[in-house]
Amino acid sequence: MSEQPLLELQGVSKTFGAVRALTHVDFKVRPGEVMALVGDNGAGKSTLIKGIAGIHPFDEGQYLFGGEPVSVSGPKDSAALGVEVVYQDLALCDNLDVVQNMYLGRELTSKLRRLDETTMERKARETLASLAVTTLQSVRQPVASLSGGQRQSVAVAKAVMWNSKLVILDEPTAALGVAQTRQVLDLVKRLGDNGLAVVLISHNLHDIFEVADRITVLRLGQNVAELKTSETTQQLVVEQITAGKLSTVPGQSGAAA
Amino acid sequence: MRFLRSPSRTYEAPDGVAGGGEIDSANSPSGTTGAPTEQNETLGSYFRGRIDGIKGGDLGSIPIVIGIIIIAIYFQARNENFLTSGNFVNLVVQAAPFAVIGMGVVFVLLLGEIDLSIGFVSGVGGVIMALLILPDGSQVSTPVAILAAISAGVVIGLLQGVLFAKVGIPSFVVTLAGLLGWNGVVLLLIGSRGTVVIQDEFINGIANDSLSKMAGWIVVEGAVLLYALLQYSAVRSRAKAGLPNVPWSLILIRIAALAIAGAIVVAVLNETRGVPYVGVLVIVLMLIGTYVTDRTKFGRHVYAVGGNVEASRRAGISIDRIRISVFMISGGMAALGGIILASRLSSVDTGAGGGSILLYSIAAAVIGGTSLFGGRGTVRSAVLGAIVIASIDNGLGLLNVSAGTKFVVTGLVLLAAVTVDSLSRKGRESSGRA
Repeated sequence: MSEQPLLELQGVSKTFGAVRALTHVDFKVRPGEVMALVGDNGAGKSTLIKGIAGIHPFDEGQYLFGGEPVSVSGPKDSAALGVEVVYQDLALCDNLDVVQNMYLGRELTSKLRRLDETTMERKARETLASLAVTTLQSVRQPVASLSGGQRQSVAVAKAVMWNSKLVILDEPTAALGVAQTRQVLDLVKRLGDNGLAVVLISHNLHDIFEVADRITVLRLGQNVAELKTSETTQQLVVEQITAGKLSTVPGQSGAAA
Repeated sequence: MRFLRSPSRTYEAPDGVAGGGEIDSANSPSGTTGAPTEQNETLGSYFRGRIDGIKGGDLGSIPIVIGIIIIAIYFQARNENFLTSGNFVNLVVQAAPFAVIGMGVVFVLLLGEIDLSIGFVSGVGGVIMALLILPDGSQVSTPVAILAAISAGVVIGLLQGVLFAKVGIPSFVVTLAGLLGWNGVVLLLIGSRGTVVIQDEFINGIANDSLSKMAGWIVVEGAVLLYALLQYSAVRSRAKAGLPNVPWSLILIRIAALAIAGAIVVAVLNETRGVPYVGVLVIVLMLIGTYVTDRTKFGRHVYAVGGNVEASRRAGISIDRIRISVFMISGGMAALGGIILASRLSSVDTGAGGGSILLYSIAAAVIGGTSLFGGRGTVRSAVLGAIVIASIDNGLGLLNVSAGTKFVVTGLVLLAAVTVDSLSRKGRESSGRA
């Protein structure tokens, strides 16, 4: 794990009309590191990842990628940097098979504009193998027939296939059973082991303590703590989520808003 | 016709493996190779997989093939002229317009949308073509007239597609307005002429002439050879990439089946007129259509948008472009269908595009197994469905029943087809194949 952050946000803010969703948030994640992002509902987790992904660009603050300041004003910019987001609602087409979903929108073609199924299937298999996703019976079965954990694995594999450097997972285990959660957490660990930077959003502290290296706590749009998982406890994190110290108290700093 | 499937489904690796896999071997060490562990299938395992798939509600073309067989047996029992060579030729010619228009509307149905204008768009296409070649001193050459008619259909589709995709009017409403509007355009174009007789030999030949007997054999043999070559190269390239393959014996069975079915069809047709040109046209269009849906980016994106619009948008697919394109295809194919209808009657009149054309064409696609909910269906389904519709129409005609009875029976068959689809959909859902 190198100390140079892959992604570094310095003092980013975002307002939606009168609502101040993020206030001068610092955030960084290093290659090979799993960074958990926690906070209560409305703490600004989704706004932060949407800003990173370029869906709702930040109003102010610095966006550094690989140490260089970059401008991310749309999803294409972040994708070009190597940032992939796996959304909570998965964004897979049920009627298409695993390979078709993994290549959706970026299909390979050969002569006569013919889809190069052979190469796509081979590469999809390689990606799944590198992530040790071993529970699929066939990469040609429709996604509709997969279990929740398998779908999540496919969505993650789809994200890492494009030479991505940073993968953001939005509540990947929210709707999963015990065995499937296990499967996805193992996958998250492997992403880190493979040298990718991972941002994991979750409400489940148990999961976070199992896979994350560090934890960033957001509260009311501010970064109230960045903790090393090995040096903290679930109790402490809960305290930070519910009562972390704010640098500016919303409502009492009218000038800032 | 079951075997006239395009050379496409070769990659269909085991589509019979049911969902499940809930008990996961989660602790496999990192770096394990060979993710999904599929082996080359044997013939036995392939058929077991197919049977599992059928049990799970993945019926494919089976219901419609059974339907065609039942229809053939029933009508043959009632009137021995049904399964004669001459009537078989009629059947092909009758089915062709519905097949062509239906293949176009399949693209719209794949998005879960509907195009109600195809009937009168076919009328507009037929009338434009007929008027352009009318020998009144200002006529244009036949290919130009055909091209102009098809272009008119494409432009109509573009217009309706833009209203749907960009303005956001529901496709049902846009094309319902089209249904009325293009009916009016047909009447305006025909004007006081009443009926426009077509004297062009090429146009009339499309539906009324046939390949020579020798040419029929050459076409079918060429098709089988091409199919065999495509299958061979597909298997080769998969083997080279180290991917699991369907067994050779299965491929040989498929090729043999295609050869036998093709030979029977040509032999029967050759007893009288031979293979109608329009029959060849339908098969060629079906192969092109299947290539587009199964083997191109565009086709993949059509299925994706029909399956999950939001996922498609996030994958960077231009939703509007896909939406507009399918209406253009639908309009163009409808106009071509109109030309075939005009060719069959050797004339167009004020009724062009009306009557049962719209509903028969959509019914053809749906009977063939294309879902009205989007995301599921094939170009080939319209051809199979058109054969069913034309068979009923033709068979009941031989039995001298009234038009009323014909409509009632056709309605019931459509209902039966959709019922089979709905029931098999439930089966798919319960076995996780929706």
